[in-house]
Amino acid sequence: MPIELLMPALSPTMTEGKLAKWSKKEGDKVKAGDVIAEIETDKATMEFEAVDEGTLGKILVPEGAENIAVNQPIAILLEEGEDKSALANAPKSPMAKKAEAPAAKADVKPAVPAPVTAPTPSKPAAYSVPPPQAGEGAKASPPPPRSGGGLGGDSSRIFVSPLARRLAEQAKLDLHSVTGTGPHGRIVQHDVETALKGGGAKRVAAPSAPFTPPAAGGGPLSKAAVYALAGNTPFTEISMTGMRRTVAKRMVESKTTVPHFYLTIDCDIDPLMRVRTELADAASTKLSVNDFVIKAAALALRKIPRANASYSDDAILLWSEVNIAVAVALDDGLITPIIKNADTKRLPEISAEMKDLGLRARAGKLKLTEFQGGTFSISNLGMYGIKDFAAVINPPHGCILAIGAGEQRPVVKNGQIVVGTVMGCTLACDHRVVDGAVGAQYLAEFKKIIEHPSVLLI
Amino acid sequence: MADTPNTFDTIVLGGGPGGYVAAIRAAQLGMKTAVIEREHLGGICLNWGCIPTKALLRTSEVLHLMQNAAAFGLSAKEISFDAKKVVERSRKVAKQLSDGVGFLMRKHKITVIDGQGAITGPRKLGVTKNGKAVGEYQAKNVILATGARARSLPGLEPDGKLVWTYKEAMVPDAIPKSLLVIGSGAIGIEFASFYRDMGAAVTVVEVLDRILPIEDDEVSAFAQKQFEKQGMTIHVGTNVKALKKGKDNVTATLEKGGKSSEITVDRVILAVGIVGNVENIGLEKTKAKVERTHVVVDEWLQTGEPGLYAIGDLVGSPWLAHKAMHEGVICVEHIAGLNTAHPLEPKNVPGCTYCRPQVASIGLTEKAAKTAGHEVKVGRFPFIGNGKAIALGEPEGFVKTVFDAKTGELLGAHMIGAEVTELIQGFAIAKTLETTEQELMRTVFPHPTLSEMMHESVLAAYTGALHI
Repeated sequence: MPIELLMPALSPTMTEGKLAKWSKKEGDKVKAGDVIAEIETDKATMEFEAVDEGTLGKILVPEGAENIAVNQPIAILLEEGEDKSALANAPKSPMAKKAEAPAAKADVKPAVPAPVTAPTPSKPAAYSVPPPQAGEGAKASPPPPRSGGGLGGDSSRIFVSPLARRLAEQAKLDLHSVTGTGPHGRIVQHDVETALKGGGAKRVAAPSAPFTPPAAGGGPLSKAAVYALAGNTPFTEISMTGMRRTVAKRMVESKTTVPHFYLTIDCDIDPLMRVRTELADAASTKLSVNDFVIKAAALALRKIPRANASYSDDAILLWSEVNIAVAVALDDGLITPIIKNADTKRLPEISAEMKDLGLRARAGKLKLTEFQGGTFSISNLGMYGIKDFAAVINPPHGCILAIGAGEQRPVVKNGQIVVGTVMGCTLACDHRVVDGAVGAQYLAEFKKIIEHPSVLLI
Repeated sequence: MADTPNTFDTIVLGGGPGGYVAAIRAAQLGMKTAVIEREHLGGICLNWGCIPTKALLRTSEVLHLMQNAAAFGLSAKEISFDAKKVVERSRKVAKQLSDGVGFLMRKHKITVIDGQGAITGPRKLGVTKNGKAVGEYQAKNVILATGARARSLPGLEPDGKLVWTYKEAMVPDAIPKSLLVIGSGAIGIEFASFYRDMGAAVTVVEVLDRILPIEDDEVSAFAQKQFEKQGMTIHVGTNVKALKKGKDNVTATLEKGGKSSEITVDRVILAVGIVGNVENIGLEKTKAKVERTHVVVDEWLQTGEPGLYAIGDLVGSPWLAHKAMHEGVICVEHIAGLNTAHPLEPKNVPGCTYCRPQVASIGLTEKAAKTAGHEVKVGRFPFIGNGKAIALGEPEGFVKTVFDAKTGELLGAHMIGAEVTELIQGFAIAKTLETTEQELMRTVFPHPTLSEMMHESVLAAYTGALHI
């Protein structure tokens, strides 16, 4: 029986994608692992590989088609021994408007239902929690908190005792913001009382429209509306890519839901510049300032683990790994490839990895796992001569470190005004996770490390 | 720590209900476990407390029913009893259960060390038997569960012959003709009830202004009325100033409101509370703190000394076996680092007194709830409105429920009457699950049962009882 190929969900946030290119034509033989098509998601262009063997029987979605919903059939794969006549048996696609020829009675045995071929991506690393320690007797750390006090999986049921539910209702407390400490994460009276006392929990706001990404059409930010707001100034149009939409959505989400605050510090990078020159001259090892910054940021996170954390409604999650997401500018948008375990990698490794990730990012060839997750972000605009800037946190990260240019400035050293190379660094912190003092300690630690670059060479 | 026969993961000092349960839980969790017991497994509860008294009280209950056989259309003549056989039955029941604990220890491969144990150093215990050292033991964790004993008052010291504690009261040679019970807590009242039903003239003296002083006011008042109806004499707000021992009787000087009076009885039972067994267990060698004869512990039953825990009567009230058992489980699960370990919620510990009529309660009394600042909604339902109670011939008693008017939290439940000690767990579950009046009102109670009164009491607090 022909196998339906469905639009794959190539990232957890992907709801639709663009069929950028068909790599196979109708009638082509396909082996498992062959690239059939290239799909543009909200994040990147990714290759869609075949899972089954057969012949590409019919393409249901033309090249270049946009906004194809996840799980919508995009093609039909014929199994060995089947010919085109079997297509009649294939489930009709909503896109396939043309009526199929009446089925010839093909001698095809009814077979097992076609497996869904879309690869299901695993959850991004940043959201995964260690499996609960099995069984009794284990010296186990507390179980991973359930979101919303026991929001089981995709269900929206909240496990809460009747009394706790009533207390929350009376106090207009949003139970999603309460951590359940009862059996199996059930929210109990104590939890609601603690949440109310702490005041940290979210009160239920008056019903308001849920946030929707700016969409085409007649919304307040429709093309026509914005055109009118701008006084009908002439314009050229750049179509919204998936990435653009994602950037828009994520940044609005971050700036409207994450309480940012900013801390700025100047770092003396004269020693770093010296070391860098020495390494280039004497060891032919070319490292960018950014490579040093990544390593220093990672080491500082190890020292101040509270900065390597994310907010969840149930608990602060202190990440066990230091995975640094580094913003890379693309022609139209940006992406944040990740240097995993940057604290344990040597500078040349970080440098080589960053080069490779950057190249592939610009080519749209990053794998999902290479740009999703991370525990902390860095954005460096130093190369543009920016002295200092405040970056927008990339949720669920707790912090983003914005790096300005290393520039020569008059500085006071030993009571003398001298010329020094100074790099301005601004840390944006999610105040729900990282308090002022923690952020300040982190920046101080970062400064200490970056100003003593020999530490980075160990 | 090398694994030798004398090293354990957990050693429990004391084999009472708290201790042996802690040991079983420890063994279940894979710990190499030992229990040190100086007398007999099961402790006071099984040997000299909960269990043998229940056996005695069953006897007095059956006797009471036989004496009232006519009310059930039965005839019973020449009703009599043999005190020796009554005690024998009680001892047999106690022995059966104590032996049962021995079996449980073997089943869970728990080493039982016979002797008196005491801490000799950090995570170290020495055991003596008849004054001779019999062993040195080491454990990663030590749980003290040495229990408590009857409190005595100056001038009122028990002698075991004329002035009894619970221990002598449990094994009388004969039922005394007259008896003075000093103290009207659960222990005093249970003995008073037993001896009264067995025919003794019983006088109860309570220093506070009501009997069963930890119970709800209405329960205390109802109980007093019932006991007095049964022929008991009750003096509240009364002190016993002196006990003058005769040859086979005791003359007690009572004082109430500045006025003295004398009463002469065959025997006296002293039931004025208990004190923790904190002596001779080596506590002075540890950082554990003792306050008013009880070891101070945190919510996980940890003392100030690393690796040293204390549970049960030793750490304070309520002095209840089921509380001790739970503490045993909690501290062991805490030691094991179980995610599911949870500290005990005192407001959810029920208490039962097995007098006739029985008393059972949980949570706050109406007065305590008001004192704590709750605006309350109170419901009551009497036994007389319950079909099963009438059929049983037990129309005396009531169920009272106390709710927080604002949140519907079940703050407390108070019951007096037949079998209420078996009913209270329904409210215990309700409280543990944090139900409000709504869930209780929606709960279906089977008909005809005494439990329907629990439902009716809740209805009475809100929408109105249906059957009264």
